[in-house]
Amino acid sequence: MTATTHEIVIEAQGLKRRFGAVEAVRDISLTIMRGEIFGLVGADGAGKTTIMRLLAGVLRPDAGAIRVAGVDVVAEPKRVRSELSYMPQRFGLYEDLTVAENIFFYSELFSVSPRERRARTGQLLEAAGLAPFQRRLAGQLSGGMKQKLGLVCALIHTPRVLLLDEPTTGVDPVSRRDFWAILYNLRESGVTILLSTAYMDEAERCSRVALLQAGQIRSCDTPSRLKQAMPGALLDVVADDPGAANQALKDAPGVLGLLLMGDRVHVRVDDAGRRSPELRARLAERAIAHTEITTIEPGIEDVFVALLEPDGAA
Amino acid sequence: MSLRRLFAMAFKETLQIWRDPRSLAIALLMPVMQMALLGYGVSLDIKRVPLCINDQEHSQLSRDLVQRFVASGWFSADHASATDRAVRGALDRGACAGAVTIPVDFSRALMTTGSASVQTVFDATDTNTTNVAIGYAQGVIAQTTADFESQWAAAHGLRPPKIGAVDLEARVWFNEGLDSRNFIIPAVVAVILALVGAQLTSLTISREWERGTMEQLISTPVTALEVMLGKLVPYFVIGLVDAAFCLFTAIYWFKVPFRGSFIVLAITTALFTLVVLGIGYLISVRIRSQLGASQVALILTMTPTTMLSGYTFAIDQMPAPVQAVTLLVYARYYVTILRDVFLKGSPLQDLLIPIAALSAYAAAIIWIAARSFRDRLD
Repeated sequence: MTATTHEIVIEAQGLKRRFGAVEAVRDISLTIMRGEIFGLVGADGAGKTTIMRLLAGVLRPDAGAIRVAGVDVVAEPKRVRSELSYMPQRFGLYEDLTVAENIFFYSELFSVSPRERRARTGQLLEAAGLAPFQRRLAGQLSGGMKQKLGLVCALIHTPRVLLLDEPTTGVDPVSRRDFWAILYNLRESGVTILLSTAYMDEAERCSRVALLQAGQIRSCDTPSRLKQAMPGALLDVVADDPGAANQALKDAPGVLGLLLMGDRVHVRVDDAGRRSPELRARLAERAIAHTEITTIEPGIEDVFVALLEPDGAA
Repeated sequence: MSLRRLFAMAFKETLQIWRDPRSLAIALLMPVMQMALLGYGVSLDIKRVPLCINDQEHSQLSRDLVQRFVASGWFSADHASATDRAVRGALDRGACAGAVTIPVDFSRALMTTGSASVQTVFDATDTNTTNVAIGYAQGVIAQTTADFESQWAAAHGLRPPKIGAVDLEARVWFNEGLDSRNFIIPAVVAVILALVGAQLTSLTISREWERGTMEQLISTPVTALEVMLGKLVPYFVIGLVDAAFCLFTAIYWFKVPFRGSFIVLAITTALFTLVVLGIGYLISVRIRSQLGASQVALILTMTPTTMLSGYTFAIDQMPAPVQAVTLLVYARYYVTILRDVFLKGSPLQDLLIPIAALSAYAAAIIWIAARSFRDRLD
């Protein structure tokens, strides 16, 4: 990994936060190094947004300690704010201000010098593909352009830490590509990035990923090590009727879990070599037309699903 | 505090106000409408009270008496009825507010016994008007009696009798025409500013919460004080425009005598504008929904400023506990200031007490509002 050093930039210990009866975050500890792109992955309600808010200092934890860029966020939330940029999940800029006005406003809040502002604005708008839209009201931008504008505003000063809460949800593929290009560039310059995402392909691009479930981290490692650590092996079953195949294989011996993915079923088994012919026989027996069963490398989604299943989680 | 961030907030807020022309129009037109409504609608003077005349005698003297009621200007003799029943009917219908019955033996009794009775009946559902009208009627009768006595004495070659040993020479100062409008319109300005000012700022924070812009704003280094002062700047300008409009309308349209200095007026008006905007801002900080904030602002400003500011009801006539409550009604200080500046031409040094009260209010509100601002989501 490029600019990763051993300098700890984000450190959270024993974070807890509840909203009424709901324990949104229970005992989360995280250590993130300088230059990492760290991904928080989890279903809706897993606690991603709450963790982001706690780290940004806009929400107080019930228990636990947070240090971001050397500042105790719980004790001194104000001091950390000039060190980080936080992009909430909901579009947080002013829709009745133009692209340029929003950028100007945030650059003034972060006391960016006019010279630096001009230089960075041009550069960032170019990278985001927003240069032709400077005079457009933010409310009239598409979803993807809004998110990129959010990123531009977040980067108009030089944050040490960038917190992005589901930045690419609802964003078109072209904008997502622009977005990630900017993130990779930032990492080169030593900015630490924490982002949450529900997209597994984005999780694969992170240097490290924490899989969240019900306010807890189920697993945290690099994407490749997470995949290696997945118990069992993965078989890819392509079938004409994947739903029927899914049903047929559900209680076959040795099957640890299934994941329906479009025209195929990912079947996690204890032993690929032994189970592959068995599954083939079972499908034939039930007259379910299938073209092939192959052993594949698991993706993050497979790992994630495996961890969420009771047997896999053990 | 960073002036740069404060100006950034003011700049952003100004743009947002500018991009929302409907709200801006309401902010500028509301005082115009209220000034027209309250300025024309409110007058405590009671003039031309409609009377129903039951003149049973139809003599020279009785007609003279009726004429005196009308000539006083306080009454109009709109109806004439011949019977008590008709008088009762006219009062019941509300066709008249009072009735005068002159008995059939009015002149004769006056000439022979030296005294005669006239009956007046008033519809006392409106007690204030009735009290004033009875006073006016007594005045008309007293003057008539005095004139009759002089005439009678002259006719008999006698000197007119002394009516009383003490003569009251009443002079009224500051509002020589006893025109209640001169007294009320300055207070109307205060009431309008109190209502409009609180409305202006009551939405400014709740709008940020509702639109989802607050979460990102509080994640920046901006402080509570910078947010507040930055947001107040553009509304302060609008508030002063509203105030200038109301005050000039009072002076040049309603012709309320203005005897004070414009500098005193400007200083005190700026102070009061700051207080009312601060109240609205405090409400906005406390209540996260726009609708709720707007309604609370209306309720919190409407009743105290109309009932307890001395606008229509004199504070020194209120029971002591209520008078104590009025000390908290910031509008009362500005009502006092405006009346004094307009009618008495009071200089700054005569207004130190209400100015000190308003200054204390402004400082307290701003301090509380800055402290109440939550820079966290919880």
